[in-house]
Amino acid sequence: MSLLTAKNLRKVFGRTGFWGKAAGKVMPAVDDVSLELGEGETLAIVGESGSGKSTTARLIMRLIEPDAGSVEMMGEDFTALSGKTLRRMRRHIQMVFQDPFASLNPRMRIAETVGEGLRVHQPELSAAQRRERAAAMLARCGLDEQVLDRYPHQFSGGQRQRIGIARALVVQPKVLVLDEPVSALDVSVQAQILNLLRELQGEFGLSYLFISHDLAVIRHIADRVAVMFAGRIVEHGQAADLFAAPRHPYTASLLEARPIAHPSERNGGSAPNVRDREGVAPEGCAFRLRCAHAREDCATLDARVAAVGDQREYACLHPLKS
Amino acid sequence: MGLRHTPAMLEVRQLSLAVPSPRGPLPAVSDVSFTLQPGRVLGLVGESGCGKTLTAQAILRLGEHQGIVRTGGAVLLDGDDVFAMDELPLRRMRGGRVAMVFQEPMTALNPVFSIGSQMTEVIRLHLKLDKAAARARAVQLLQDVGLQDAEELLSRYPDELSGGMRQRVLIAMAMGADPDYIIADEPTTALDVSVQKRIIRLLRHLQKKRNLGMLLVTHDFGMVAELADDVAVMYAGEIVESGSVSQLFDRPAHPYTRALMGCRPGVSEPGEPLPVIAGNVPNPGAWAEGCRFAPRCRWAVDACRQKIPLDAWQDKGHLARCVCVAAVGRDEVVA
Repeated sequence: MSLLTAKNLRKVFGRTGFWGKAAGKVMPAVDDVSLELGEGETLAIVGESGSGKSTTARLIMRLIEPDAGSVEMMGEDFTALSGKTLRRMRRHIQMVFQDPFASLNPRMRIAETVGEGLRVHQPELSAAQRRERAAAMLARCGLDEQVLDRYPHQFSGGQRQRIGIARALVVQPKVLVLDEPVSALDVSVQAQILNLLRELQGEFGLSYLFISHDLAVIRHIADRVAVMFAGRIVEHGQAADLFAAPRHPYTASLLEARPIAHPSERNGGSAPNVRDREGVAPEGCAFRLRCAHAREDCATLDARVAAVGDQREYACLHPLKS
Repeated sequence: MGLRHTPAMLEVRQLSLAVPSPRGPLPAVSDVSFTLQPGRVLGLVGESGCGKTLTAQAILRLGEHQGIVRTGGAVLLDGDDVFAMDELPLRRMRGGRVAMVFQEPMTALNPVFSIGSQMTEVIRLHLKLDKAAARARAVQLLQDVGLQDAEELLSRYPDELSGGMRQRVLIAMAMGADPDYIIADEPTTALDVSVQKRIIRLLRHLQKKRNLGMLLVTHDFGMVAELADDVAVMYAGEIVESGSVSQLFDRPAHPYTRALMGCRPGVSEPGEPLPVIAGNVPNPGAWAEGCRFAPRCRWAVDACRQKIPLDAWQDKGHLARCVCVAAVGRDEVVA
């Protein structure tokens, strides 16, 4: 049973010139993205900057409004809600950001920051009760009571991310949207936060929509993976399958670009070559300019991949052998 | 003989640095020593706050306007103390014999000047070339780093370029005056993985072709595995382990190095809890007596509270600042 369903999400950011006129052809930031998230599972969205992964997260959170498509949360159309009902549903879906410091109010004590969600979602609670719940959730996230009356700037990156997670979880959501939650952290701290996220998921039965560019992190934490390129999902599958045998050449190129683990895996320094291209094709397969397997008919591709269920899908006319 | 012995190398010798704080200078880097030689890459690796960037910047005396002071030691370029240099030779050295590539390709480029004017400025500052010759050199350098349509690129502005292209431009600029040494501080951190790999290949290609001595500052063992010949691991302002890249990866000795390598995702099975290092990296000045890693180390004993030299343990030039490994042998201490 799917907890969260996004259908055909689309978002175009208007690009206007100096005098307010539209400047050139605009590419949608998110183009026809569909996905499902079940109870207790982790769906990762991976892609490079500009692929639309963070925009997808924001559309699902309704931090920005989609131009088309819908989001259903527990059977209710989240995109159609407003006012009180929207606020009530928001309790079930919370977000953790990459830079927890930017998402914490510098003038608010930690107790207020973490308890703030409760003011909205459980107004019947007294200030003392809010503080108590904030303290309990902070403790669960590995921070003791002394932190309650301190300010965000007094904490390290890892501690701030623990605060960000406690703030999201204090209202007891079902879904956590995590946008690059460990990308700004040192490796040793990253490991602590990844372990914490996994424990919390088991304990509270949480579902994670995990946005990241880091394949090692995704391999570690995800059940399913959706690969985004130029606003679309180009491949989807179970994490183990997708990592073992990528079918879309873009997924394969991401895997090849992973950092090596040992100097013996090094290959010689090469002179820069023409295939080192950036850029996105405006029609057909967006990846074809960079693809070693591209053929003429790639310009005609018009496929969509939905990150739904167990199905392995890829938007490619000439997929790699499995 | 009468001639001064000037070995061709860049040496950091027992360098100590302090950072300003409201309560006076705090020690941030202690007694760091290493040498850069033409044709070799030294990876300086550690977590944030360990002092690796401070050390790298001190080579060019870049931290001075932020109040970072040298409290001991020296930086010697072919035997000359960089800290004793006057303004003019210092400016000639910066970007001349010793060039730098920074992490943030956007902030390192000036947004209001074209790529061409920024590149020719650097080139003409260091080489006696007229405008046309400097321009031709800029085109050549841009082609060397794999940028197409180099002529056209000269008239463009930094915000018209992607992150990967900006980093290539910066690398081209760093090569502008034909440096002997290059200091690369997290040169790929802000880039996408696929772009990262290409920049790594480009750096390796240029380093080999030009026989550069390179200091690679990074938090990422993957980068070290890709590029370095030698490695120094820093923790809390000091080097705790050093050796060749194969020594470090095949037989890491210091408990900190081993713990840090072990907690990377991808080392353990998916879904399994990752090994962690308890506690946090201590702030400058809040270091433990003796071994600074001891409060977080599973193997810490009383002897760790005394001052420990970097060569407490050694094996064919591979050094570790650890008394436990020294006492019982590397293989007995299991990280």
